[in-house]
Amino acid sequence: MISFDRVSKRYAEGHDALREVSVEIARDELVFLTGHSGAGKSTMLRMIMLMERPTRGQVLVDGQNLAGVSARGIPRHRRSIGVVFQNHRLLYDRPVFDNVALPLIIAGYDHREVGRRVRAALDKVGLLSRERAMPVTLSGGEQQRVGIARAVVGKPRILLADEPTGNLDPALSAEIMQLFEEFNQVGVTVLIASHDLALISRLRHRIITLRHGRLVSGAAA
Amino acid sequence: MSLWRSGASGVAQGARREGASQSRTGWRDLYHAWLRHHRLSAADSMQRVLDNPVSSAMTWLVIGIALALPSGLNVALDNISQLSASWDSPAQISLFLHDEVSDERARELQTELSARADVSVSRFVSREEALEEFRSLSGFADVLSSLQANPLPHLIVVAPAQDSDQLAAAGLRAELEAYPDVAQAVLDMEWLQRLNSLMMLGRRLVWAVAGLLILGVLLILGNTIRLAIESRREEIVIVKLVGGSNAFVRRPFLYTGLWYGVGGGLFAGLLVGASLWFLQDTVAELARLYQSDFRLRGLGIMGGLNLIILGGMLGLAGAWLAVSRHLADIQPR
Repeated sequence: MISFDRVSKRYAEGHDALREVSVEIARDELVFLTGHSGAGKSTMLRMIMLMERPTRGQVLVDGQNLAGVSARGIPRHRRSIGVVFQNHRLLYDRPVFDNVALPLIIAGYDHREVGRRVRAALDKVGLLSRERAMPVTLSGGEQQRVGIARAVVGKPRILLADEPTGNLDPALSAEIMQLFEEFNQVGVTVLIASHDLALISRLRHRIITLRHGRLVSGAAA
Repeated sequence: MSLWRSGASGVAQGARREGASQSRTGWRDLYHAWLRHHRLSAADSMQRVLDNPVSSAMTWLVIGIALALPSGLNVALDNISQLSASWDSPAQISLFLHDEVSDERARELQTELSARADVSVSRFVSREEALEEFRSLSGFADVLSSLQANPLPHLIVVAPAQDSDQLAAAGLRAELEAYPDVAQAVLDMEWLQRLNSLMMLGRRLVWAVAGLLILGVLLILGNTIRLAIESRREEIVIVKLVGGSNAFVRRPFLYTGLWYGVGGGLFAGLLVGASLWFLQDTVAELARLYQSDFRLRGLGIMGGLNLIILGGMLGLAGAWLAVSRHLADIQPR
């Protein structure tokens, strides 16, 4: 589903974020991506979302070489991927419902369909009763769930998460991870960047480890 | 062609139970989605404009004043040219006779002039008639009655033949002035020509002012939209992150510009209308004094509509300027 083929990224100032990274992630797989901050986890996720392009090497997503996706094609590519951010990145002047609905509005669903899907997604993350609440009135864990609902509401086949449990206590973190596992069980390819080794090593999924931009372990299943 | 991949895997099981899985997205659906977002953006932008009534009204007023100035001047010029058009043709030559010319001699002269081929109409106004007319129209009746003698000369008003042009009229004037009984011959076209060239100058000035003010409106709108973009920077980043295209991000701001522009045009129309209303009575009084049925002509419905359309187009253009300059800079980092 996601494949990195000898991908390198060198920034203009000469810093190497990734060096010759090759990884295969199969359909229906849940994979953790770990390493110290600056090891290249975020860079990999950003490349999958086309927020960055590799200096050398190729990234393939769902069989498509991302080098062939033009700037005009980026929005459509991003709509096919669900993303959960560490700092939630919610619209704080809109209620929960509008936040979750955003990808569907962008895709142009009619409002009945939007309502159905948003409620289904909120139900899944356990926030159905809070659809009219403003995000600031929610706890950190709840805000993260809103972010997850927004990521899955369009039924993407790939779900990316960048430090989704970064600011949460262990119990909440475990709940969030369980949510990701449930999505994975219904066929979503999930890639989670996390440095919470204690948590992810308990979950028995493949762990890709990066160090200074190099792949250390977990290249293949 | 699908904007949104169908859920090969039902993520939210509730949705899957409801059979909400996506089917093919055809051109029709794309068109409806596009239309839906236009409606949504238009309504959302309008809501945002109305949510800040004070600052929006200020923007409308600024645009309104900038548009009202040239269009108000234009309306004034239109009125003046409407007024002068009624005097435009045929040109008249006024012959003021010497004081010692008698009534009978003056009438003879008039008959003589009427016989000329290059004169179409001539009219004799005796000094007594002139005094009477002046007394009734000018409002100086008291002053006039205190005069010992009638200060006005006999007057013969001559209209050149219909087919004569400016040059022929000027030639006729010179010929008529050479008559021994005529003290002075005045071609009434002269001041009209001066007025006309003054009005041409006025029109040019209006255009120049309009150009500058329209540029100003564009910049004001561009800046207003720039601020709106700045204040929603984070939102734009998020929308781009979850797959919003540039057109999607651009749309609400273009509508914001449109609403500001349309509102500004409406304010401009109201301002022009209000100033005309304010002037109306004075002008009517003046017209009455000149025995004219002249009435101040306003913008009219079409003029008002044009102002609103112009405002809307300027709003769109200003928003487009701002959006094309600033939106591309905002990329998710």
